[in-house]
Amino acid sequence: MNWDWDKLKQQQQNKNNIPPQMDEFLNKIKGLKFPGSSIILILVIVAIFFATSTFYTVKVDEVGVVQRFGKFVRYSYPGLNFKLPAGIEKVTKVKTKRVFKEEFGVQTVRNNEFSRFASGSENINATLMLTGDLNVALVPWIVQFKIKEPYDYLFNVRDVKRLLMDLAEASMRLVVGDRSISSIITKREEISIVAKDVLQEELNKAKTGIHIVTIEMKKTDVPRPVQPSLNEVNQAIQEKEEMIYNAKKDYNQAIPAAKGEADRTIKTAEGYALDRINRAEGDAFRFIDQYESYKNAKDITKKRIFLETMKTVFPKLGAKFIIDKDQKNFLPLLNLDKQNGGAK
Amino acid sequence: MKYKTILGIIAAIIFMIISASAYTIDETEQVIVTQFNKIIGSTHKDPGLYFKLPFFQKANYFPKNLLEWDGVPGQIPTLEKTYIWIDTFARWKIVEAVQFFETVNNIETARRRLDDIIDPAVRNLITSNKLIEIVRTGNQKLYGIDEKHHKAYSIQAGRKEISKSILRQAQPKLKKFGIELVDVQIKRINYVEQVRKSVYGRMIAERKQIAEKFRSEGQGESRKILGEKERELKKISSEAYKTAQKVMGQADAKATKIYADAYGKDADFYSFMKTLDIYSTTLENSSLILSTDSEFLKYLTGYSIEK
Repeated sequence: MNWDWDKLKQQQQNKNNIPPQMDEFLNKIKGLKFPGSSIILILVIVAIFFATSTFYTVKVDEVGVVQRFGKFVRYSYPGLNFKLPAGIEKVTKVKTKRVFKEEFGVQTVRNNEFSRFASGSENINATLMLTGDLNVALVPWIVQFKIKEPYDYLFNVRDVKRLLMDLAEASMRLVVGDRSISSIITKREEISIVAKDVLQEELNKAKTGIHIVTIEMKKTDVPRPVQPSLNEVNQAIQEKEEMIYNAKKDYNQAIPAAKGEADRTIKTAEGYALDRINRAEGDAFRFIDQYESYKNAKDITKKRIFLETMKTVFPKLGAKFIIDKDQKNFLPLLNLDKQNGGAK
Repeated sequence: MKYKTILGIIAAIIFMIISASAYTIDETEQVIVTQFNKIIGSTHKDPGLYFKLPFFQKANYFPKNLLEWDGVPGQIPTLEKTYIWIDTFARWKIVEAVQFFETVNNIETARRRLDDIIDPAVRNLITSNKLIEIVRTGNQKLYGIDEKHHKAYSIQAGRKEISKSILRQAQPKLKKFGIELVDVQIKRINYVEQVRKSVYGRMIAERKQIAEKFRSEGQGESRKILGEKERELKKISSEAYKTAQKVMGQADAKATKIYADAYGKDADFYSFMKTLDIYSTTLENSSLILSTDSEFLKYLTGYSIEK
């Protein structure tokens, strides 16, 4: 990647003086001015130089951008390609298939070769950002991009890579600046999606020819001095979940037992009901049967049943007092408390 | 041999003239041709091969594409006197190369002009806006912040608007240099060291408060579940009681009906039977005083033959 940056820079430095092609011409002319032993030898060398500059290869992941006298004429594609000799046509190879990566705050603070501000201070930490609720967050991220339009990439912006880095930072801060610290820590996925859109839009506006493949958020965090209190929050979340879990456990233990108990109550009642009805029916059958036989000879049956009952009842009785029907008012004389009264 | 040398020299001279008069313009460049420092013709913006008079005329190259300006980061107080560290960058283009050539001549000088114009514009807008206006862009809901606190973080303009205002202030002043300022953006904002410390303190307090909130939420939630448990228990047991009572009541009713239906056939006989039944179960070991005129003992006093 670096080589074509260097080349571009070099080219830009040269442009105020003489274009590089001009240099080559001058050198050749100098060679001709002092014809040594053989002009022919020089001519041969020049011819070989021209011949070798007419073909070149483009690698699988590249596209060649051909300029004739500085003007863009065509793209060339992987394989062996031909062009007019050096000085007339120039080819710049751009890796369009390769995915490039820029890291922000993942490895180190970026190399401030271009920047004019003092380095070393935390002020320039790429990851330190202000959030929408005016807190400070650490947001490291990685941008992966591809060169989609080699023409735009090479010609529209003076220093594309630098622009990309600046825009990436500005876009990410724009997104982070509209969110609370809590959402930055917990909703990284969403931030990366929004930031990607914002950045892509900016890059399109500047016609950079760069396509953002992904923005990948690394672990977002609060600044180091605040971290212990964030851990406390996480711990509190755990505690909360545990409390809820315990309560649910309690609930789940009690309810099925209660349901079982309820079932038991109902079954008992049903048992009672069965018992009650069966007994009633039994009593009814018995009574009806008795009645059926009784109704044919009411008088004698009644007497018989009465006497039979008396026969069983009498022996079980305690003291029995038989009093003549004419005798009245004797009761005060009796000690009714005495179970086995002497008088029998 | 001499003839050949002369031919060679002539060829060399022709080469020199051609190479001194031909020049190319790259896709990224534009050229102004000058003759003894006097501008000749208009700006050449299209890339390709061009010719000029050799030696007398000079091709002056200027970039045509988007250029970058990186602001000097510095501490600026906001409207509420909070010192922040701000770093801006801008993108610009040379649109009128002749004007540019006449007024600033080269990129380095242009950068200094941009410094002189953009930096004060940035300063103006930062000092006349609240910090939140510079940080936020929209008024979308902040996750985890209560509705009632939202007002403190709402904005009128926002970062994009402020960037535009900076651009509006700076742009007209750059026109005379042939420069078009495309945009100005805020790259980084941070609190300065001292402010940051107090912000961290506030953040710690906030986090603690959030932790407390989670804990009490946990308690609340668990109590709610326990309450629900109590309710559910009462519901289950009372429903069971209700059902049981109903079942038993129905059974009682049914039994009553069965009894009534059966005993209703002869109520007198029923009371006779039942009474006897009760005698046999209740009269155990009790004393009994019987009069001889009772049905049972009437025979003890003798009997008469019925007529």
